[in-house]
Amino acid sequence: MVTPNSEIEVDREKGNFRFTESHKYDAGIGLSEKVIDYICDVKEEDQWIRDFRKRALKVFESKPMPTNWATKDLENIDFDKIRYYLSGGSRASKSWDDVPDDVKQTFERLGIPENERKFLAGVEAQFDSEAAYSNIKESVGKQGVIFMGSTEGLMKHPEIFKKWFGKVIPTGDNKFSALNSAVFSGGSFIYVPPGVKVSHPLQAYFRINAENFGQFERTLIIADEGSEVTYMEGCTAPKFDTATLHSAVVELVAMPGAKIEYVTVQNWSSNVFNLVTKRAIAHEGATVKWIDCNIGSRLTMKYPGVVLKGKKARGEVLSIALANDGQHQDTGAKMIHAADETTSNIISKSISVGKGRSTYRGQVHMPKNLKGCKNNTECDALLINENSRTDTYPAITVRGNKNAVQHEASVSKVSAEQIFYMQQRGLSEGEAMSLSVNGFVNDLTRQFPMEYSVELKRLIELEMEGSVG
Amino acid sequence: MSESSDAINPIKEAFNRHIEDLDTAPAWWKSSKAEAFETFENIALPTRRDEPWRFATVKGLELDDVKFAALPSISDAASLVARSNFIENFSGRFVFGDDQTLQADRISPELAEKGVIWAPFREAITKHADIVKDYFMKQKADLGSEKFAALHQAFMENGALLYVPKGVEIEDAFVVYNWSINAGSAIFPHTLVITEDFAKVKLVEANLSATEDAAAFSCGVNHIFAGVGSTVDYTLLQNFNEQTLGFQLNSNVAGKDSNVKTISVNVGCKRYRSETHGQIKGSGSKVEMLSLAVADNEQEIDQRTLQTHSAPHAVSDLLFKNALVDNARTIFSGLIKVDPGAQQTDAYQTNRNLLLSGTAEANSLPGLEIDANDVKCSHGATTSQIEDEEIFYMLARGIPREKAQELIVYGFFEEVLERISCETVAENARRIIQNKFTRRSK
Repeated sequence: MVTPNSEIEVDREKGNFRFTESHKYDAGIGLSEKVIDYICDVKEEDQWIRDFRKRALKVFESKPMPTNWATKDLENIDFDKIRYYLSGGSRASKSWDDVPDDVKQTFERLGIPENERKFLAGVEAQFDSEAAYSNIKESVGKQGVIFMGSTEGLMKHPEIFKKWFGKVIPTGDNKFSALNSAVFSGGSFIYVPPGVKVSHPLQAYFRINAENFGQFERTLIIADEGSEVTYMEGCTAPKFDTATLHSAVVELVAMPGAKIEYVTVQNWSSNVFNLVTKRAIAHEGATVKWIDCNIGSRLTMKYPGVVLKGKKARGEVLSIALANDGQHQDTGAKMIHAADETTSNIISKSISVGKGRSTYRGQVHMPKNLKGCKNNTECDALLINENSRTDTYPAITVRGNKNAVQHEASVSKVSAEQIFYMQQRGLSEGEAMSLSVNGFVNDLTRQFPMEYSVELKRLIELEMEGSVG
Repeated sequence: MSESSDAINPIKEAFNRHIEDLDTAPAWWKSSKAEAFETFENIALPTRRDEPWRFATVKGLELDDVKFAALPSISDAASLVARSNFIENFSGRFVFGDDQTLQADRISPELAEKGVIWAPFREAITKHADIVKDYFMKQKADLGSEKFAALHQAFMENGALLYVPKGVEIEDAFVVYNWSINAGSAIFPHTLVITEDFAKVKLVEANLSATEDAAAFSCGVNHIFAGVGSTVDYTLLQNFNEQTLGFQLNSNVAGKDSNVKTISVNVGCKRYRSETHGQIKGSGSKVEMLSLAVADNEQEIDQRTLQTHSAPHAVSDLLFKNALVDNARTIFSGLIKVDPGAQQTDAYQTNRNLLLSGTAEANSLPGLEIDANDVKCSHGATTSQIEDEEIFYMLARGIPREKAQELIVYGFFEEVLERISCETVAENARRIIQNKFTRRSK
């Protein structure tokens, strides 16, 4: 922790000068060095972070939009109209009445308790779960596990944080990782000491409630030698937010023999651009597994990756995407093999409903001089309606000795025979359809934690409603 | 690159000379060439950041080393014609050397009477101007080489026009040999096949070098227009020497209920880029796109494909197999595009890469863009080495390792080769592949 020097005091004056007293946690609209100074001041950050953020801002400004390969929809993001830092009062000032009816209805149908609904709608923080969070924190804390917000982590454990921060995903990785590096706030920091196996999953769900999650969260998880941890973020209920851009950076480090499982269920409301960079480094014998479900948002671009840096490391991505009207789920995986006998597995299932579009984009890279690496990729897409759309764009580069890669993708629709069979037995067409779709993703959802797979099933049923007939 | 504007000048000079040399050609032909040249000049050189050029080497595409200048006359025409012997029984044969006609074997009077047209392009632009105007370069290059398609149109001066009228079925294949002869030469082979309703025809094209060491540039185009219910069978053997920079931009339009099969056997070139677009425009049609490539040393074989389904109830099937040795690189980038409304489409895309060395590099970009829901589409891409068990089996039977590997490669390619309908062409393709391996073991 650093005490603000007089120079910073001057900057803070500027910040206050621009925005009225009642919005002191609001960095205002648009992005500039001033905004970054403001964030640094509010968070009382060290000079190196300030420098890091400012460098990142320059990188962000210098990088073009990746529209040479990505959707043109990205051009609709107006960076000058976005609030880059909001916390405290300004968020809680939203009221339940602002929440759209369809979101309220969905809560109703999913059977989410009243209190939770309000939190999920971004209306108020839920205090019950704060207690749950501190319970978890206490129980794992006894094992030496550090579980806190990344801002807090940066302050309290700079010796661990600094070593890995920005190392898995460098600032210049892409335009949005640069943006995140410039304005990040919120997110989790987890450190699991050698040999510790965290018995129950750590859930961001609880932690978010304790500290309001940012639009630009930054998560760093380090599993030291031989340790194991499962982390979950998001939840199956739709998360209503007026903000239009979310751009997170998530870095995972699995030291030799460690295991990390990272579960995401993304269900942003359909006005959100969700552009996320997620990557892990797996050292010798380590395993990293990304489980990724994308149900919400207007456009999601997210390709969880694993850099397989140590011998016999393993990377896995299991992903489910559901794109409904007006949505584009552009998801996939990256597997960078960088050591002998590393293996990776990608299984992606996508469902396009109505005018929804789902895209699989993947990269598998096996450079020279590697031996015995294996990759398996399977992408299956299901198209429900006549104007649904799906794309698959994998990129595979293989060199080296005794390496093997196989990639397979298929596109199909729900078979008329299946629907007919179920209708014969008294199910409505809609019920038959959602049963079919659930069957399609079943072999993946079975691998999910129990409560997630149950809610996911219900959610799919909900999304499928009205898609036939 | 800043040099490129200077580098264009010799090409521009060459183009002006080219137009002057065409003094007897019709005005419309010259003006279409001038337009194409302008297009060529206006399109920027590809960079690696361009998605259609991902993984490809773009260095050298300024074509600085290519002499577009007038070439010395061809002295050994007779021996090249004698070497143009892949098929004994053909319906017609053209042998071109550095784009000059060395031999033209015309069609029989019976076929001519039925209205079949088989003409070298120089002749076609005056005698069959209507057909040329309607079909020549009417299929756009849309896989990244727009610039080079324009270059082709600007400089192309010879090639084969094959037109088969309604209901005419021709058993014996037509054959075109394109020889690259002089060092620094630039050739622009062109074959245009048009079939009317229910016609049936086969065309074989062989792109070859007269010598092993004359570095050349080839930029070829093949367009097929398959009419209702017609059948077109096209085979290309590419065995330029390993100093050559080659482009081959192929495209076909499949009409209702037509059958189109294209097979490419790629053995030669230092760097070779092939683009193949199967446009399914008619319902009930079937398009097969097959290819094999053997790449060794520092060869780079870059293959881009597109299967566009614009009509329902059609089938397309693509199979590209590559074997790589030494530091060779291959790129396969394929896309199946199913337009809205193209229901009941069956589209398949398979890429198999066999790595025979630890330093070869195979890139695969198999893609799907599906806009209709009632379809069966799949793609598969695999890259791997020969299984130890397979080698062991052969070693146990006294076959040396090198030979065993070679035999497995031949077996790997058989899946493509056995689908070549002219047996003697398949035999020649096998011979070309085997020669490449024999040369290696020396």
